[in-house]
Amino acid sequence: MGEELEVGCARPIGGPVKSSSDEDKQTKEKEIIKMSVQVGKKAPDFQAPAFHEGKMKQIKLSDYLGKWVLLCFYPGDFTFV
Amino acid sequence: MSVDSVFSHKIWQEEELSRMIEGGVPYPMLSDAGGKVGKLYGVYDEDAGVNIRGRFIIDPDGIIRAMEVLTPPVGRNVAELIRQVQAYQHVRETGEVMPSGWQPGKPTLKPGPNLAGKVWKVWKPEKIS
Repeated sequence: MGEELEVGCARPIGGPVKSSSDEDKQTKEKEIIKMSVQVGKKAPDFQAPAFHEGKMKQIKLSDYLGKWVLLCFYPGDFTFV
Repeated sequence: MSVDSVFSHKIWQEEELSRMIEGGVPYPMLSDAGGKVGKLYGVYDEDAGVNIRGRFIIDPDGIIRAMEVLTPPVGRNVAELIRQVQAYQHVRETGEVMPSGWQPGKPTLKPGPNLAGKVWKVWKPEKIS
């Protein structure tokens, strides 16, 4: 899953996925994106570049609807734990 | 997902992870430059500029079923994570609920008026040695 990315010098970026109705408010909200997660509530959608099966891809959380997803954050590659 | 670039993920996978796990990790390694997604999920440490160890179990409807957040020095317990996924899959399939300490194959509970005040008859807490 996920669309393959062209690899260039510009670093691909990701971030929250907003619905079009949110767009007017977007500039104001840019500064105030806050933690909005709670168990039992919808996981906020996002997209992000990824390395997967030897390729660079763009991954979107909502593409995984219908599957169980485990989302793991960690401090950094090559850290020890 | 970490704040590292996809190129860093590639080299980590090729140089190190593939030597720990045959074929390397099979799932997408996501890059969160600037911690935008980490901020959205409340796991971005502004001072350190990294995402801390947060993990979220998300069901097929996109609902967060469980989360765990650890500070960096302690690693996660994969067995406990798998147990939680199995428990949430079981409740989704059957509507039965899992008492504390439940393991796959162990008795589950069917909530209802008849069970109120009678859990002691069907379930005993685990003894921790």
